[in-house]
Amino acid sequence: MNLNGQAWKYGDDIDTDVIIPARYLNTSDPSELAKHCLEDLDGEFVDKMKKGDVIVAGKNFGCGSSREHAPLAIKAAGVSCVIAESFARIFYRNSINIGLPILESVEAVAAIEEGDQIEIDVNSGKIKNLTKDEVYQAEPFPEFMQEIIESGGLIKYVAKKVNK
Amino acid sequence: MGMTMVEKILAAHTGKEKVKPGELINAKLDIVLGNDVTTPVAIHEFDKIGVDGVFDKERVVIVPDHFAPNKDINSAEQCKFIRDFAHEKEVVNYFEIGDMGIEHCLLPEQGLVVPGDVIIGADSHTCTYGALGSFATGVGSTDMAAGMATGEAWFKVPETIKFVYTGELNEWVGGKDLILYTIGDIGVDGALYKAMEFSGEVIEDLSMDHRFTMSNMAIEAGGKCGLIEPDQTTIDYIEDRAQREYTLYESDEDAEYEEVIEYDVSEIEPQVAFPHLPENTKGISEVEDIKIDQAVIGSCTNGRIEDLRLAAKILEGKRKADNVRLIIFPGTQEIYKQAMKEGLIEIFIDAGAAVSTPTCGPCLGGHMGILAKGERAIATTNRNFVGRMGHPESEVYLSNPAVAAASAIKGEIVSPEEVM
Ligand code: SF4
Repeated sequence: MNLNGQAWKYGDDIDTDVIIPARYLNTSDPSELAKHCLEDLDGEFVDKMKKGDVIVAGKNFGCGSSREHAPLAIKAAGVSCVIAESFARIFYRNSINIGLPILESVEAVAAIEEGDQIEIDVNSGKIKNLTKDEVYQAEPFPEFMQEIIESGGLIKYVAKKVNK
Repeated sequence: MGMTMVEKILAAHTGKEKVKPGELINAKLDIVLGNDVTTPVAIHEFDKIGVDGVFDKERVVIVPDHFAPNKDINSAEQCKFIRDFAHEKEVVNYFEIGDMGIEHCLLPEQGLVVPGDVIIGADSHTCTYGALGSFATGVGSTDMAAGMATGEAWFKVPETIKFVYTGELNEWVGGKDLILYTIGDIGVDGALYKAMEFSGEVIEDLSMDHRFTMSNMAIEAGGKCGLIEPDQTTIDYIEDRAQREYTLYESDEDAEYEEVIEYDVSEIEPQVAFPHLPENTKGISEVEDIKIDQAVIGSCTNGRIEDLRLAAKILEGKRKADNVRLIIFPGTQEIYKQAMKEGLIEIFIDAGAAVSTPTCGPCLGGHMGILAKGERAIATTNRNFVGRMGHPESEVYLSNPAVAAASAIKGEIVSPEEVM
Protein backbone atom coordinates (compact mmCIF):
# COMPACT_ATOMS: atom_id res chain seq x y z
CA MET A 1 0.00 0.00 0.00
CA ASN A 2 1.63 3.27 -1.13
CA LEU A 3 0.41 6.56 0.30
CA ASN A 4 1.30 10.05 -0.73
CA GLY A 5 0.49 13.41 0.84
CA GLN A 6 1.62 16.58 2.50
CA ALA A 7 2.74 16.61 6.15
CA TRP A 8 0.94 18.52 8.90
CA LYS A 9 3.05 18.68 12.01
CA TYR A 10 1.93 18.77 15.65
CA GLY A 11 3.52 18.32 19.10
CA ASP A 12 3.59 15.78 21.92
CA ASP A 13 0.68 14.22 23.84
CA ILE A 14 -2.05 15.10 21.33
CA ASP A 15 -5.08 13.75 23.19
CA THR A 16 -8.33 12.29 21.90
CA ASP A 17 -10.29 15.23 23.33
CA VAL A 18 -8.65 17.64 20.89
CA ILE A 19 -8.75 15.10 18.05
CA ILE A 20 -12.54 14.85 18.44
CA PRO A 21 -14.10 16.87 21.28
CA ALA A 22 -16.73 15.15 23.43
CA ARG A 23 -19.38 17.63 22.31
CA TYR A 24 -19.47 15.76 19.00
CA LEU A 25 -19.63 12.28 20.48
CA ASN A 26 -23.40 12.16 20.45
CA THR A 27 -23.04 10.74 16.96
CA SER A 28 -20.88 8.01 15.47
CA ASP A 29 -21.38 8.99 11.84
CA PRO A 30 -17.84 9.15 10.38
CA SER A 31 -18.63 11.98 7.96
CA GLU A 32 -19.99 14.09 10.85
CA LEU A 33 -16.94 13.29 12.96
CA ALA A 34 -14.62 14.15 10.08
CA LYS A 35 -15.90 17.73 10.02
CA HIS A 36 -14.51 18.29 13.52
CA CYS A 37 -11.23 16.42 13.20
CA LEU A 38 -8.51 18.11 15.32
CA GLU A 39 -10.90 21.03 15.89
CA ASP A 40 -9.63 22.03 19.34
CA LEU A 41 -6.00 21.67 18.31
CA ASP A 42 -6.07 23.39 14.94
CA GLY A 43 -9.45 24.84 13.98
CA GLU A 44 -8.41 25.17 10.33
CA PHE A 45 -7.11 21.65 9.85
CA VAL A 46 -10.14 20.24 8.08
CA ASP A 47 -10.26 23.17 5.64
CA LYS A 48 -6.61 23.28 4.74
CA MET A 49 -5.78 19.57 4.49
CA LYS A 50 -6.21 17.55 1.31
CA LYS A 51 -7.18 13.93 0.96
CA GLY A 52 -4.13 11.72 1.41
CA ASP A 53 -2.26 14.13 3.69
CA VAL A 54 -0.24 12.85 6.61
CA ILE A 55 -0.26 13.87 10.28
CA VAL A 56 3.19 13.94 11.86
CA ALA A 57 3.37 14.29 15.65
CA GLY A 58 5.54 13.77 18.71
CA LYS A 59 5.23 11.24 21.49
CA ASN A 60 2.09 9.65 22.97
CA PHE A 61 -0.24 10.59 20.09
CA GLY A 62 -3.90 9.80 20.83
CA CYS A 63 -3.62 9.67 24.61
CA GLY A 64 -6.76 9.90 26.72
CA SER A 65 -10.07 8.31 26.06
CA SER A 66 -10.82 5.05 24.27
CA ARG A 67 -13.11 6.77 21.76
CA GLU A 68 -12.66 5.05 18.42
CA HIS A 69 -14.23 8.22 17.09
CA ALA A 70 -10.71 9.70 17.16
CA PRO A 71 -9.05 7.45 14.55
CA LEU A 72 -12.43 7.31 12.74
CA ALA A 73 -12.51 11.11 12.45
CA ILE A 74 -8.92 11.17 11.19
CA LYS A 75 -9.58 8.43 8.66
CA ALA A 76 -12.87 9.91 7.48
CA ALA A 77 -11.26 13.34 7.10
CA GLY A 78 -9.04 11.76 4.45
CA VAL A 79 -5.76 11.56 6.35
CA SER A 80 -3.83 8.65 4.85
CA CYS A 81 -1.41 7.96 7.70
CA VAL A 82 -0.29 9.21 11.10
CA ILE A 83 3.43 9.14 11.84
CA ALA A 84 4.41 9.73 15.48
CA GLU A 85 7.30 9.14 17.84
CA SER A 86 4.94 6.93 19.85
CA PHE A 87 1.22 6.26 20.18
CA ALA A 88 -1.00 5.89 23.23
CA ARG A 89 -1.94 2.23 23.42
CA ILE A 90 -5.71 2.36 22.94
CA PHE A 91 -5.32 4.68 19.97
CA TYR A 92 -2.72 2.32 18.50
CA ARG A 93 -5.04 -0.66 18.93
CA ASN A 94 -8.05 1.17 17.56
CA SER A 95 -6.17 2.35 14.49
CA ILE A 96 -5.05 -1.16 13.62
CA ASN A 97 -8.53 -2.50 14.28
CA ILE A 98 -10.22 0.02 11.96
CA GLY A 99 -7.45 0.04 9.35
CA LEU A 100 -5.99 3.52 9.79
CA PRO A 101 -2.31 3.24 8.85
CA ILE A 102 -0.02 4.47 11.64
CA LEU A 103 3.75 4.34 11.87
CA GLU A 104 6.20 4.93 14.71
CA SER A 105 9.47 6.61 13.82
CA VAL A 106 11.42 9.06 15.96
CA GLU A 107 13.74 9.70 13.06
CA ALA A 108 10.99 10.60 10.60
CA VAL A 109 9.27 12.91 13.07
CA ALA A 110 12.52 14.76 13.76
CA ALA A 111 13.30 15.25 10.07
CA ILE A 112 9.90 15.96 8.49
CA GLU A 113 8.81 19.59 8.40
CA GLU A 114 5.31 20.88 7.88
CA GLY A 115 4.48 21.01 4.21
CA ASP A 116 6.96 18.31 3.15
CA GLN A 117 5.64 15.89 0.54
CA ILE A 118 5.69 12.36 1.97
CA GLU A 119 5.41 8.95 0.32
CA ILE A 120 4.83 5.93 2.52
CA ASP A 121 5.03 2.20 1.93
CA VAL A 122 2.99 0.94 4.86
CA ASN A 123 3.97 -2.73 4.54
CA SER A 124 7.70 -2.15 4.70
CA GLY A 125 7.48 0.92 6.95
CA LYS A 126 9.53 2.97 4.49
CA ILE A 127 8.85 6.71 4.64
CA LYS A 128 10.16 8.83 1.75
CA ASN A 129 10.45 12.58 2.13
CA LEU A 130 10.13 13.76 -1.48
CA THR A 131 10.76 17.41 -0.56
CA LYS A 132 14.02 16.70 1.23
CA ASP A 133 14.94 13.59 -0.75
CA GLU A 134 15.41 11.48 2.39
CA VAL A 135 14.22 8.03 3.47
CA TYR A 136 13.34 6.94 7.01
CA GLN A 137 12.51 3.48 8.30
CA ALA A 138 9.61 2.98 10.73
CA GLU A 139 9.13 -0.04 12.99
CA PRO A 140 7.33 -2.72 10.98
CA PHE A 141 4.24 -4.29 12.57
CA PRO A 142 4.46 -7.69 14.24
CA GLU A 143 3.19 -10.49 12.03
CA PHE A 144 -0.05 -10.96 13.95
CA MET A 145 -1.03 -7.33 13.51
CA GLN A 146 -0.09 -7.43 9.85
CA GLU A 147 -2.54 -10.28 9.54
CA ILE A 148 -5.29 -8.10 11.00
CA ILE A 149 -4.37 -5.21 8.73
CA GLU A 150 -4.22 -7.46 5.68
CA SER A 151 -7.65 -8.91 6.49
CA GLY A 152 -8.97 -5.34 6.34
CA GLY A 153 -9.29 -4.77 10.08
CA LEU A 154 -10.21 -6.77 13.16
CA ILE A 155 -13.86 -7.34 12.27
CA LYS A 156 -13.08 -8.97 8.94
CA TYR A 157 -10.34 -10.98 10.64
CA VAL A 158 -12.73 -12.22 13.34
CA ALA A 159 -15.54 -12.82 10.85
CA LYS A 160 -13.21 -15.05 8.85
CA LYS A 161 -12.38 -17.00 11.99
CA VAL A 162 -15.92 -17.48 13.31
CA ASN A 163 -17.34 -18.39 9.92
CA LYS A 164 -14.70 -21.01 9.21
CA MET B 1 11.95 -16.91 37.19
CA GLY B 2 8.62 -16.03 38.80
CA MET B 3 5.72 -14.21 37.26
CA THR B 4 3.95 -10.93 38.00
CA MET B 5 0.24 -10.85 38.80
CA VAL B 6 -0.59 -9.68 35.29
CA GLU B 7 1.40 -12.48 33.70
CA LYS B 8 -0.32 -15.07 35.92
CA ILE B 9 -3.81 -13.78 35.15
CA LEU B 10 -3.14 -13.63 31.41
CA ALA B 11 -1.54 -17.08 31.40
CA ALA B 12 -4.57 -18.55 33.18
CA HIS B 13 -6.90 -17.02 30.59
CA THR B 14 -4.81 -18.33 27.71
CA GLY B 15 -4.51 -21.87 28.94
CA LYS B 16 -0.76 -21.56 29.32
CA GLU B 17 1.63 -22.30 32.16
CA LYS B 18 3.55 -19.16 31.53
CA VAL B 19 3.45 -16.02 29.41
CA LYS B 20 6.23 -13.52 28.89
CA PRO B 21 6.22 -9.76 28.26
CA GLY B 22 6.07 -9.01 24.56
CA GLU B 23 4.22 -12.24 23.74
CA LEU B 24 1.06 -11.81 21.66
CA ILE B 25 -1.79 -13.85 23.09
CA ASN B 26 -5.48 -14.47 22.62
CA ALA B 27 -7.14 -14.42 26.05
CA LYS B 28 -10.58 -15.49 27.25
CA LEU B 29 -12.64 -12.60 28.58
CA ASP B 30 -14.68 -12.59 31.78
CA ILE B 31 -16.45 -9.30 31.11
CA VAL B 32 -16.92 -7.10 28.05
CA LEU B 33 -18.14 -3.58 28.84
CA GLY B 34 -19.42 -0.63 26.83
CA ASN B 35 -21.16 2.71 27.36
CA ASP B 36 -23.50 4.94 25.35
CA VAL B 37 -20.65 6.59 23.43
CA THR B 38 -18.67 3.49 22.48
CA THR B 39 -21.36 0.80 22.22
CA PRO B 40 -23.21 2.23 19.17
CA VAL B 41 -20.01 1.99 17.11
CA ALA B 42 -19.43 -1.50 18.52
CA ILE B 43 -22.91 -2.67 17.53
CA HIS B 44 -22.37 -1.59 13.91
CA GLU B 45 -19.15 -3.60 13.86
CA PHE B 46 -20.70 -6.54 15.74
CA ASP B 47 -23.41 -6.81 13.07
CA LYS B 48 -20.74 -7.28 10.40
CA ILE B 49 -19.23 -10.34 12.08
CA GLY B 50 -22.17 -12.59 11.37
CA VAL B 51 -22.88 -14.22 14.74
CA ASP B 52 -26.41 -14.46 16.13
CA GLY B 53 -25.85 -13.44 19.69
CA VAL B 54 -23.29 -12.28 22.19
CA PHE B 55 -20.84 -14.88 23.51
CA ASP B 56 -22.41 -14.87 26.98
CA LYS B 57 -25.54 -12.92 27.93
CA GLU B 58 -24.32 -12.47 31.49
CA ARG B 59 -20.84 -11.29 30.66
CA VAL B 60 -21.63 -8.35 28.43
CA VAL B 61 -22.28 -5.18 30.43
CA ILE B 62 -23.78 -2.07 28.85
CA VAL B 63 -24.09 1.15 30.83
CA PRO B 64 -25.51 4.35 29.36
CA ASP B 65 -23.74 6.90 31.58
CA HIS B 66 -21.95 9.48 29.45
CA PHE B 67 -24.83 11.42 27.93
CA ALA B 68 -27.53 9.81 30.08
CA PRO B 69 -30.09 10.86 31.17
CA ASN B 70 -30.28 11.75 27.47
CA LYS B 71 -28.89 15.23 27.01
CA ASP B 72 -30.24 15.87 23.52
CA ILE B 73 -31.92 14.14 20.61
CA ASN B 74 -28.73 12.56 19.25
CA SER B 75 -27.91 11.14 22.68
CA ALA B 76 -31.43 9.83 23.00
CA GLU B 77 -31.02 8.04 19.68
CA GLN B 78 -27.71 6.53 20.78
CA CYS B 79 -29.14 5.36 24.09
CA LYS B 80 -32.19 3.91 22.36
CA PHE B 81 -29.96 2.09 19.90
CA ILE B 82 -27.97 0.35 22.64
CA ARG B 83 -31.08 -0.32 24.75
CA ASP B 84 -32.74 -2.05 21.78
CA PHE B 85 -29.61 -4.07 21.15
CA ALA B 86 -29.40 -5.10 24.81
CA HIS B 87 -33.03 -6.24 24.78
CA GLU B 88 -32.76 -8.05 21.48
CA LYS B 89 -29.61 -9.90 22.49
CA GLU B 90 -30.96 -10.48 26.02
CA VAL B 91 -27.99 -8.79 27.65
CA VAL B 92 -28.67 -9.31 31.35
CA ASN B 93 -26.47 -6.51 32.62
CA TYR B 94 -27.91 -3.49 30.88
CA PHE B 95 -28.43 -0.65 33.36
CA GLU B 96 -31.13 1.91 32.71
CA ILE B 97 -31.00 5.34 34.39
CA GLY B 98 -32.43 4.96 37.85
CA ASP B 99 -30.47 1.74 38.32
CA MET B 100 -27.45 3.03 36.52
CA GLY B 101 -24.26 4.51 37.86
CA ILE B 102 -20.98 5.63 36.35
CA GLU B 103 -19.74 2.36 34.91
CA HIS B 104 -16.49 2.12 36.86
CA CYS B 105 -18.22 2.76 40.18
CA LEU B 106 -21.07 0.45 39.26
CA LEU B 107 -19.37 -2.76 38.09
CA PRO B 108 -17.31 -3.42 41.25
CA GLU B 109 -20.21 -2.38 43.47
CA GLN B 110 -22.51 -4.88 41.76
CA GLY B 111 -19.88 -7.62 42.00
CA LEU B 112 -19.80 -7.94 38.21
CA VAL B 113 -16.01 -7.75 38.14
CA VAL B 114 -13.99 -9.86 40.55
CA PRO B 115 -10.35 -10.56 41.41
CA GLY B 116 -8.47 -12.59 38.82
CA ASP B 117 -10.70 -11.53 35.91
CA VAL B 118 -9.65 -10.48 32.43
CA ILE B 119 -11.90 -7.56 31.49
CA ILE B 120 -12.06 -5.33 28.46
CA GLY B 121 -14.14 -2.20 28.41
CA ALA B 122 -14.74 0.23 25.60
CA ASP B 123 -13.82 3.01 27.97
CA SER B 124 -10.30 3.98 28.89
CA HIS B 125 -10.90 3.96 32.65
CA THR B 126 -11.74 0.26 32.64
CA CYS B 127 -8.32 -0.01 34.31
CA THR B 128 -10.15 0.92 37.56
CA TYR B 129 -10.85 -2.76 38.30
CA GLY B 130 -7.15 -3.46 38.63
CA ALA B 131 -7.69 -2.35 42.23
CA LEU B 132 -9.41 -5.72 42.77
CA GLY B 133 -6.43 -7.63 41.45
CA SER B 134 -7.83 -8.23 37.99
CA PHE B 135 -6.44 -7.51 34.53
CA ALA B 136 -8.75 -4.80 33.24
CA THR B 137 -7.98 -2.58 30.29
CA GLY B 138 -9.62 -0.03 28.06
CA VAL B 139 -10.12 -0.80 24.39
CA GLY B 140 -12.05 0.71 21.50
CA SER B 141 -15.41 -0.15 20.02
CA THR B 142 -14.10 -2.63 17.46
CA ASP B 143 -12.40 -4.64 20.20
CA MET B 144 -15.64 -4.53 22.15
CA ALA B 145 -17.52 -5.85 19.11
CA ALA B 146 -15.07 -8.71 18.60
CA GLY B 147 -15.12 -9.42 22.34
CA MET B 148 -18.93 -9.56 22.44
CA ALA B 149 -18.92 -11.98 19.52
CA THR B 150 -16.10 -14.31 20.55
CA GLY B 151 -15.42 -13.77 24.26
CA GLU B 152 -11.77 -13.31 23.41
CA ALA B 153 -9.32 -10.51 22.72
CA TRP B 154 -5.72 -10.21 21.59
CA PHE B 155 -3.16 -8.70 23.90
CA LYS B 156 0.52 -8.10 24.01
CA VAL B 157 1.65 -9.22 27.46
CA PRO B 158 2.92 -6.02 29.08
CA GLU B 159 6.03 -5.47 31.14
CA THR B 160 5.24 -4.42 34.69
CA ILE B 161 6.53 -1.40 36.56
CA LYS B 162 6.23 -1.77 40.32
CA PHE B 163 5.52 1.26 42.45
CA VAL B 164 6.26 0.94 46.15
CA TYR B 165 4.79 3.49 48.56
CA THR B 166 6.21 3.68 52.08
CA GLY B 167 6.04 6.10 55.00
CA GLU B 168 3.15 7.86 56.66
CA LEU B 169 0.42 9.71 54.77
CA ASN B 170 -0.01 13.38 55.58
CA GLU B 171 -3.40 14.77 56.48
CA TRP B 172 -5.76 15.24 53.50
CA VAL B 173 -3.57 13.03 51.34
CA GLY B 174 -5.17 9.94 49.78
CA GLY B 175 -5.26 7.73 46.70
CA LYS B 176 -5.86 10.69 44.37
CA ASP B 177 -2.78 12.49 45.58
CA LEU B 178 -0.61 9.39 45.36
CA ILE B 179 -1.61 8.75 41.77
CA LEU B 180 -1.35 12.42 40.72
CA TYR B 181 2.09 12.57 42.33
CA THR B 182 3.12 9.41 40.49
CA ILE B 183 1.89 10.74 37.14
CA GLY B 184 3.64 14.04 37.85
CA ASP B 185 6.82 12.08 38.41
CA ILE B 186 6.77 9.65 35.47
CA GLY B 187 4.72 11.73 33.00
CA VAL B 188 1.63 11.03 30.93
CA ASP B 189 3.49 8.41 28.92
CA GLY B 190 5.67 7.18 31.78
CA ALA B 191 3.99 3.78 31.78
CA LEU B 192 3.06 3.62 28.09
CA TYR B 193 2.02 0.05 27.10
CA LYS B 194 3.04 -1.12 30.60
CA ALA B 195 1.25 -2.67 33.54
CA MET B 196 1.51 -0.67 36.76
CA GLU B 197 1.55 -2.48 40.07
CA PHE B 198 0.86 -0.38 43.17
CA SER B 199 2.29 -1.84 46.36
CA GLY B 200 3.93 -1.16 49.69
CA GLU B 201 2.72 -0.60 53.22
CA VAL B 202 0.78 2.54 52.30
CA ILE B 203 -1.27 0.68 49.69
CA GLU B 204 -1.90 -2.18 52.11
CA ASP B 205 -3.51 0.32 54.48
CA LEU B 206 -5.60 2.04 51.80
CA SER B 207 -9.35 1.43 51.65
CA MET B 208 -10.91 0.03 48.47
CA ASP B 209 -12.30 3.43 47.47
CA HIS B 210 -8.83 4.99 47.53
CA ARG B 211 -7.44 1.99 45.67
CA PHE B 212 -10.04 2.35 42.91
CA THR B 213 -9.02 5.99 42.53
CA MET B 214 -5.40 4.99 41.98
CA SER B 215 -6.04 2.22 39.49
CA ASN B 216 -8.54 4.46 37.71
CA MET B 217 -5.80 6.87 36.66
CA ALA B 218 -3.22 4.30 35.46
CA ILE B 219 -4.28 5.26 31.94
CA GLU B 220 -3.29 8.87 32.65
CA ALA B 221 0.30 7.60 32.84
CA GLY B 222 -0.24 5.70 29.59
CA GLY B 223 -0.58 2.40 31.48
CA LYS B 224 -2.38 -0.62 30.11
CA CYS B 225 -3.62 -1.52 33.55
CA GLY B 226 -2.96 -0.68 37.21
CA LEU B 227 -3.07 -3.56 39.63
CA ILE B 228 -3.10 -3.94 43.38
CA GLU B 229 -2.52 -7.29 45.04
CA PRO B 230 -5.77 -8.55 46.57
CA ASP B 231 -5.73 -8.85 50.38
CA GLN B 232 -8.21 -8.89 53.26
CA THR B 233 -9.47 -5.41 52.29
CA THR B 234 -10.27 -6.74 48.82
CA ILE B 235 -11.95 -9.85 50.18
CA ASP B 236 -14.06 -7.82 52.64
CA TYR B 237 -15.23 -5.65 49.77
CA ILE B 238 -15.98 -8.40 47.28
CA GLU B 239 -17.22 -11.24 49.49
CA ASP B 240 -20.87 -10.24 49.63
CA ARG B 241 -20.95 -8.71 46.19
CA ALA B 242 -19.20 -11.19 43.91
CA GLN B 243 -21.56 -12.75 41.39
CA ARG B 244 -18.95 -15.32 40.38
CA GLU B 245 -16.10 -17.33 41.85
CA TYR B 246 -12.91 -15.34 42.07
CA THR B 247 -9.19 -16.11 42.17
CA LEU B 248 -6.60 -14.18 44.12
CA TYR B 249 -3.29 -13.79 42.30
CA GLU B 250 -0.07 -12.47 43.81
CA SER B 251 3.15 -11.58 42.10
CA ASP B 252 5.98 -13.99 42.84
CA GLU B 253 8.86 -12.80 45.01
CA ASP B 254 11.21 -13.35 42.10
CA ALA B 255 8.93 -11.87 39.44
CA GLU B 256 10.72 -9.75 36.90
CA TYR B 257 9.82 -6.06 36.79
CA GLU B 258 10.89 -3.62 34.17
CA GLU B 259 11.48 -1.08 36.90
CA VAL B 260 10.79 -0.61 40.59
CA ILE B 261 10.03 2.94 41.68
CA GLU B 262 9.81 3.84 45.37
CA TYR B 263 8.13 6.80 46.97
CA ASP B 264 8.30 8.05 50.53
CA VAL B 265 4.78 9.38 50.94
CA SER B 266 5.60 11.53 53.96
CA GLU B 267 6.94 14.03 51.44
CA ILE B 268 3.68 14.14 49.49
CA GLU B 269 1.11 16.88 50.14
CA PRO B 270 -2.30 17.21 48.48
CA GLN B 271 -1.70 17.50 44.73
CA VAL B 272 -3.21 19.74 42.09
CA ALA B 273 -2.74 19.00 38.37
CA PHE B 274 -2.66 22.19 36.32
CA PRO B 275 -4.02 22.50 32.77
CA HIS B 276 -3.74 20.87 30.35
CA LEU B 277 -2.14 17.58 31.35
CA PRO B 278 -2.51 15.37 34.44
CA GLU B 279 1.30 15.37 34.76
CA ASN B 280 1.42 19.11 35.53
CA THR B 281 1.19 18.52 39.25
CA LYS B 282 2.09 20.78 42.14
CA GLY B 283 1.81 20.40 45.88
CA ILE B 284 -1.03 22.50 47.29
CA SER B 285 1.42 24.79 49.11
CA GLU B 286 2.79 25.90 45.75
CA VAL B 287 -0.64 26.87 44.43
CA GLU B 288 -1.52 30.54 44.67
CA ASP B 289 -4.22 32.86 43.38
CA ILE B 290 -6.10 30.45 41.16
CA LYS B 291 -9.68 31.73 41.24
CA ILE B 292 -12.35 29.26 40.20
CA ASP B 293 -15.83 29.50 38.72
CA GLN B 294 -16.86 25.90 39.32
CA ALA B 295 -16.00 22.96 41.57
CA VAL B 296 -16.95 19.46 40.51
CA ILE B 297 -16.90 16.55 42.94
CA GLY B 298 -17.64 13.09 41.59
CA SER B 299 -16.77 10.90 38.56
CA CYS B 300 -15.38 7.38 38.29
CA THR B 301 -12.24 8.68 39.97
CA ASN B 302 -13.74 10.26 43.09
CA GLY B 303 -17.48 9.67 43.17
CA ARG B 304 -17.53 6.95 45.82
CA ILE B 305 -18.90 7.15 49.33
CA GLU B 306 -15.58 7.92 51.01
CA ASP B 307 -15.03 10.76 48.57
CA LEU B 308 -18.42 12.20 49.43
CA ARG B 309 -17.74 11.80 53.15
CA LEU B 310 -14.51 13.69 52.75
CA ALA B 311 -16.22 16.50 50.86
CA ALA B 312 -18.99 16.65 53.48
CA LYS B 313 -16.45 16.88 56.27
CA ILE B 314 -15.15 20.08 54.69
CA LEU B 315 -18.51 21.51 53.62
CA GLU B 316 -20.50 20.81 56.78
CA GLY B 317 -21.96 24.03 58.15
CA LYS B 318 -20.28 26.13 55.49
CA ARG B 319 -21.28 27.60 52.16
CA LYS B 320 -19.57 27.75 48.81
CA ALA B 321 -18.36 31.15 47.66
CA ASP B 322 -21.06 33.21 45.96
CA ASN B 323 -19.38 33.25 42.57
CA VAL B 324 -18.69 29.51 42.51
CA ARG B 325 -20.96 26.80 41.13
CA LEU B 326 -20.54 23.62 43.13
CA ILE B 327 -21.69 20.41 41.44
CA ILE B 328 -21.62 17.05 43.18
CA PHE B 329 -22.45 13.82 41.41
CA PRO B 330 -22.42 10.53 43.31
CA GLY B 331 -21.08 7.57 41.33
CA THR B 332 -24.07 5.23 41.63
CA GLN B 333 -27.60 5.09 42.99
CA GLU B 334 -26.32 2.96 45.91
CA ILE B 335 -23.74 5.58 46.78
CA TYR B 336 -26.39 8.29 46.45
CA LYS B 337 -28.67 6.43 48.85
CA GLN B 338 -25.88 5.80 51.32
CA ALA B 339 -24.97 9.49 51.21
CA MET B 340 -28.60 10.35 51.93
CA LYS B 341 -28.71 7.99 54.91
CA GLU B 342 -25.60 9.57 56.31
CA GLY B 343 -26.97 13.08 55.86
CA LEU B 344 -24.32 14.05 53.35
CA ILE B 345 -26.74 15.19 50.67
CA GLU B 346 -28.30 17.63 53.10
CA ILE B 347 -24.88 19.01 53.96
CA PHE B 348 -24.17 19.47 50.25
CA ILE B 349 -27.44 21.21 49.51
CA ASP B 350 -27.06 23.47 52.55
CA ALA B 351 -23.59 24.33 51.28
CA GLY B 352 -25.15 25.50 48.01
CA ALA B 353 -24.26 22.50 45.90
CA ALA B 354 -26.23 21.13 42.97
CA VAL B 355 -26.41 17.37 43.52
CA SER B 356 -26.86 15.35 40.35
CA THR B 357 -28.11 11.89 39.52
CA PRO B 358 -25.17 9.61 38.66
CA THR B 359 -23.79 10.50 35.21
CA CYS B 360 -20.46 11.28 33.59
CA GLY B 361 -21.91 14.70 32.83
CA PRO B 362 -19.37 17.47 33.28
CA CYS B 363 -16.35 15.15 33.58
CA LEU B 364 -16.05 14.86 29.81
CA GLY B 365 -17.76 18.13 28.96
CA GLY B 366 -20.95 16.29 28.14
CA HIS B 367 -23.64 18.13 30.06
CA MET B 368 -24.62 19.14 33.61
CA GLY B 369 -21.94 21.78 34.10
CA ILE B 370 -20.11 22.86 30.95
CA LEU B 371 -17.57 25.68 31.22
CA ALA B 372 -17.78 28.92 29.24
CA LYS B 373 -14.82 30.55 27.52
CA GLY B 374 -12.21 31.64 30.04
CA GLU B 375 -13.82 29.81 32.96
CA ARG B 376 -11.91 27.68 35.42
CA ALA B 377 -12.92 24.62 37.38
CA ILE B 378 -11.38 22.50 40.06
CA ALA B 379 -12.52 18.91 39.65
CA THR B 380 -11.98 15.53 41.25
CA THR B 381 -12.08 13.98 37.79
CA ASN B 382 -9.11 12.50 35.93
CA ARG B 383 -8.43 14.61 32.86
CA ASN B 384 -7.70 18.29 32.33
CA PHE B 385 -7.08 18.30 28.59
CA VAL B 386 -7.89 21.32 26.43
CA GLY B 387 -11.68 21.69 26.29
CA ARG B 388 -12.29 18.66 28.49
CA MET B 389 -15.07 20.32 30.48
CA GLY B 390 -16.35 22.70 27.86
CA HIS B 391 -14.97 25.63 25.88
CA PRO B 392 -11.47 25.06 24.43
CA GLU B 393 -10.37 28.17 26.31
CA SER B 394 -11.61 26.98 29.70
CA GLU B 395 -9.37 25.32 32.28
CA VAL B 396 -9.59 22.28 34.56
CA TYR B 397 -7.48 21.68 37.67
CA LEU B 398 -7.52 18.20 39.17
CA SER B 399 -7.47 17.45 42.90
CA ASN B 400 -8.87 15.25 45.65
CA PRO B 401 -12.39 15.88 47.03
CA ALA B 402 -11.18 17.73 50.14
CA VAL B 403 -9.21 20.27 48.13
CA ALA B 404 -12.11 20.70 45.68
CA ALA B 405 -14.57 21.28 48.53
CA ALA B 406 -12.28 23.73 50.31
CA SER B 407 -11.69 25.58 47.06
CA ALA B 408 -15.44 25.86 46.48
CA ILE B 409 -15.75 27.58 49.85
CA LYS B 410 -12.87 30.00 49.25
CA GLY B 411 -13.51 30.66 45.56
CA GLU B 412 -9.89 29.85 44.80
CA ILE B 413 -7.76 26.72 45.00
CA VAL B 414 -6.72 26.25 48.63
CA SER B 415 -5.67 23.55 51.04
CA PRO B 416 -8.42 22.04 53.22
CA GLU B 417 -6.53 23.43 56.20
CA GLU B 418 -7.55 26.94 55.23
CA VAL B 419 -11.22 26.31 55.85
CA MET B 420 -11.09 23.92 58.82
S1 SF4 C 1 -16.76 9.80 34.85
FE1 SF4 C 1 -15.46 10.77 33.32
S2 SF4 C 1 -13.63 9.55 33.15
FE2 SF4 C 1 -15.18 8.33 34.23
S3 SF4 C 1 -16.17 7.10 32.66
FE3 SF4 C 1 -17.35 8.97 32.88
S4 SF4 C 1 -16.47 10.40 31.37
FE4 SF4 C 1 -15.02 8.73 31.62
